[in-house]
Amino acid sequence: MQLIFEKSVPGQRGFLNSRSDVDVAVAFPAELARAEDCPLPELSELEVVRHYTNLSKYNFSIDTHFYPLGSCTMKYNPKFCEEIAQLPEFTQLHPLLPQLRHGDQFVQGALEVLYELEKWMCEMTGMDAITMQPLAGAHGELTGVMMMAAYHKARGNDKRYIIVPDSAHGTNPATARIAGYETIAIPSDANGVMDLEKLKECITDEVAGLMLTCPNTHGLFNSDIDKIAEMIHAVDGIMYYDGANLNAILGRCRPGDIGFDVMHINTHKTFTTPHGGGGPGAGPVGVTEKLTPYLPVSRVIQKEDGAYALKYDYPDTIGYIASFYGNFGILLRAYAYILLLGEEGLRAVSDHAVLNANYIKECLKGIYHLPFDRRCMHEVVFSAKNQAERGMHALDIAKFLIDQGFHPPTVYFPLTVKESIMIEPTETESKATIDAFIEAMMAADQLSRSAPEQAHQFPATTPVTRPDEVKAARDLNTSYFQKTA
Amino acid sequence: MIPYIANTEQEVEKMLARIGVASIDDLFADIRNRHRPKSFRFPAGLSEFEVISTLRAAASRNKSGLISFLGGGYYDHYVPAAVNAVISRGEFYTAYTPYQPEVAQGTLQALYEFQSSICALTGMEAANASLYDGGTALYEAAMMAVRINGRSKIVMDGGVSPIYRKILRTYTTNLNYEFAETPVTHGHSDRDEIIRQLDKDTAAIILQNPNFFGAMDDHADIVTRAHELGVLVIESVYPIALGLMKTPGEMGADIVTGEGQSLGLPLNFGGPYLGFMATRKKYIRKMPGRIVGETVDENGKRCFVNTLQAREQHIRREKATSNICTNVSLCALRALVFMSLMGKQGFKELSTLNFEKAEYTRQRLESIDGVEVKRSAPTFNEFTILLPLAADCVVERMIDKGFAAGFPLGRYYPGMEDYMIVAVTEKRTRREIDAYVTALETTLNELSKETAACS
Amino acid sequence: MEIEDHLLYTKEHEWVNIDGDEATVGISDYAQESLGDITFVELPAAGDDVEQFGELASVESVKAASDIFSPMSGQILEVNEDLNDDPGIINKSPYEKGWIVRLSLSDIEEKNNLMTAEEYERFLESTG
Repeated sequence: MQLIFEKSVPGQRGFLNSRSDVDVAVAFPAELARAEDCPLPELSELEVVRHYTNLSKYNFSIDTHFYPLGSCTMKYNPKFCEEIAQLPEFTQLHPLLPQLRHGDQFVQGALEVLYELEKWMCEMTGMDAITMQPLAGAHGELTGVMMMAAYHKARGNDKRYIIVPDSAHGTNPATARIAGYETIAIPSDANGVMDLEKLKECITDEVAGLMLTCPNTHGLFNSDIDKIAEMIHAVDGIMYYDGANLNAILGRCRPGDIGFDVMHINTHKTFTTPHGGGGPGAGPVGVTEKLTPYLPVSRVIQKEDGAYALKYDYPDTIGYIASFYGNFGILLRAYAYILLLGEEGLRAVSDHAVLNANYIKECLKGIYHLPFDRRCMHEVVFSAKNQAERGMHALDIAKFLIDQGFHPPTVYFPLTVKESIMIEPTETESKATIDAFIEAMMAADQLSRSAPEQAHQFPATTPVTRPDEVKAARDLNTSYFQKTA
Repeated sequence: MIPYIANTEQEVEKMLARIGVASIDDLFADIRNRHRPKSFRFPAGLSEFEVISTLRAAASRNKSGLISFLGGGYYDHYVPAAVNAVISRGEFYTAYTPYQPEVAQGTLQALYEFQSSICALTGMEAANASLYDGGTALYEAAMMAVRINGRSKIVMDGGVSPIYRKILRTYTTNLNYEFAETPVTHGHSDRDEIIRQLDKDTAAIILQNPNFFGAMDDHADIVTRAHELGVLVIESVYPIALGLMKTPGEMGADIVTGEGQSLGLPLNFGGPYLGFMATRKKYIRKMPGRIVGETVDENGKRCFVNTLQAREQHIRREKATSNICTNVSLCALRALVFMSLMGKQGFKELSTLNFEKAEYTRQRLESIDGVEVKRSAPTFNEFTILLPLAADCVVERMIDKGFAAGFPLGRYYPGMEDYMIVAVTEKRTRREIDAYVTALETTLNELSKETAACS
Repeated sequence: MEIEDHLLYTKEHEWVNIDGDEATVGISDYAQESLGDITFVELPAAGDDVEQFGELASVESVKAASDIFSPMSGQILEVNEDLNDDPGIINKSPYEKGWIVRLSLSDIEEKNNLMTAEEYERFLESTG
């Protein structure tokens, strides 16, 4: 489709500003003026609306398609939570209001939401306190590791390494490095979980901590998790729980009870956040008692008279990690979600996510290679190595599924499994949809047997076929204006 | 059963039978008894209608309906109705990161258009697909500068948002960077001191335009000196001002960041917001975050993909340019639709309205006895005033009269307790401004008569 | 897959062509093939000192990024600027036009730590 800039017609306008009701003699200083008007497109409101509405049709989305993207938890978000987030008394609230004199009293409703949400998230995770400030999961990771560093500094510990499993999300090693640590990667054992023997070899006094998802990115729960925690704690290391897969264990297990000291929560996975084409999210970080002194400021407290307040006076805090109090609009949705679902609903989230994943595993086992043939949690990792040998790679299967009306699963992650296909159905999909997906996966396998030469022809039903990514990277073109310049 | 789970009891039974277990509990056998939660107690779920009453009650405990002159980097601008209509399309709203380009051309083309719009706004050559917010974007810019020239000293102008400066300091605590902050007087940056601080060890100078006090400046001379020494110039900008103001590209900046909240995002008590970042083409590979590029498909048809992914955490892992995984696509889309609706003409008008209304307010405030407008450079839509008594008392009293009168500076600039910054957007009418001026005059009179007015 | 007889190789798939006290360095045919279409090469600066097996450059393809390590210690005399305009040269001609740097060697004896073409071929077979 044409770019909006290419549709521009000089003189058209998409919005009418109010007429100025003030007359001032002062003109904008010429020496500070830009040479040319900002070259934004000129289009009527309808032209703008139609452009983007038509563009939107080029997307697969949860509202339109099954989206079993492993590790990303593409579940349906109740529309109600979106509506709640539009309450004007929240959307219009200026973040500097509470920083005025006695300003907390002007934002009591917002502070109540943050306070209550912290309380419920603590109950859910077994953490003692949670900061709502991190703006995304990876931002939460950085906040958590910075608290880890502050802890070691306060204790006079000389630490250099953070241990991560080889199946970890790329954010884990990237975060560790940015926070000033080196990483040690531990391979997985034959059961798909961290190799305990290899871990033992790497534990020294210089280990600052360990970062782990549990269940891990193979969708497997490590029953030795408490043993791992003991080993790390023995060298005064910190156990970091990457909450990416918290949605698998609600009501079944809490990170705080099995030895984790700090964790982040991806609100779009465990709660509800519009996926939005990739963000915005929120990444609250929880800590147990030993790390609470280091939480970033501000923190929300409830005073004796019941009023809520922002408190900044914590001598050991790591400081400010975000401009304000977190992505409030996103946190509000999470709070509404907890109220809507209640205890039974929250337990059901994990129950059905795990049920659906195991059902897919069972139905496709034997057709696709299962590197870890055991009970899975909320997602299942297959390998398309047999299909690949016949000429149909994981990527080809992904593209085949598109033509069948399914968003592909995650392919080529985790890196530990060759030709990996990582399927996460989530709790919100119906059996009928899942059955149709299973059939499509079987059809892909059939095709790899009957006509593997067709493997590269997909997708054929989409607005564009496979893009030339090499050209994109070699002949960089990232702005309409740079091209025309 | 909740309405967000489809499986019926009969279906659950069938699925369990297919799996070969008796109950859902059996699926959780890897979680041993000793791992079971010590507690997991929540109230029973509520209906939509019940939740909305709970949250409306909480919402009513916020002070809303204030006529706002509060800014500090976050502004009360109007959001055209079409913005919400467009971004609410489920195909945008409920899609994810465009990992499969064939079924994500909507998001990818929109992000390419967003990058282009940011380039148009800033006069820079390349932009990314957005970062969390303006504060964290500035931190990422500083780290990017360090990656480019390998130096470790960072000079920050005191006119950069104090909130942003605090964030930068937090993130660099465990890393070996040297910081120098240069002073501001009456809201004006000390350019002699800035230039004096630059040396061959300096990675970057961080400036803000307009600065926290609202002052606009042409930084071209600082840029010239910085480039002589191999120092990169980072500018944090306010996008609405760029409808009129000389662009950082024109001034020669190397990295530009900003808070995009003003481009169609509600204030939302601090987020979600929109960080943007732009740079020169030669530095694009050092830029963090997602970048969308144009290419062609197998039939030679134009299309868009995430490009330069080898910089990112999912490939580079511990060697990535940043640990950032997400951008804020939906916020970027908001900003894009906002800018597209405004268009070339409308955006300039919007900028002019902000400038003129602030100028009007400034002139009216100057007429109040005891109020002094403090500026030695032109301001855009926010400016600094000196009051005859503590600004925080004045602002508190003004709330009772229905105004968020401004942001007192004492909290972040010790010694400036009697100063505040006043922001005026296009939403403020002449009538509101006149009422504000009268209310401020009355408040000052009241407070000057009360000996214990502010204790 | 081609292995040039007259070159020495590393386990990280770099090759070196020694000519007196100077040498040319690149990556092997195997390396370019496993990386796929190379989209960018981050080159060091002429004049930089490098150590044997120390980081020398990095190459990016669409879905991967790899470091290139120097087969021997020395000072960089020249870098292949053509790679800036067309990094794909490495794919087309890994042993000739796709060379990466020229080095002035500081210790010729280091060549004993490298593999001959024959050894490299066996190494590739053993790692499958």
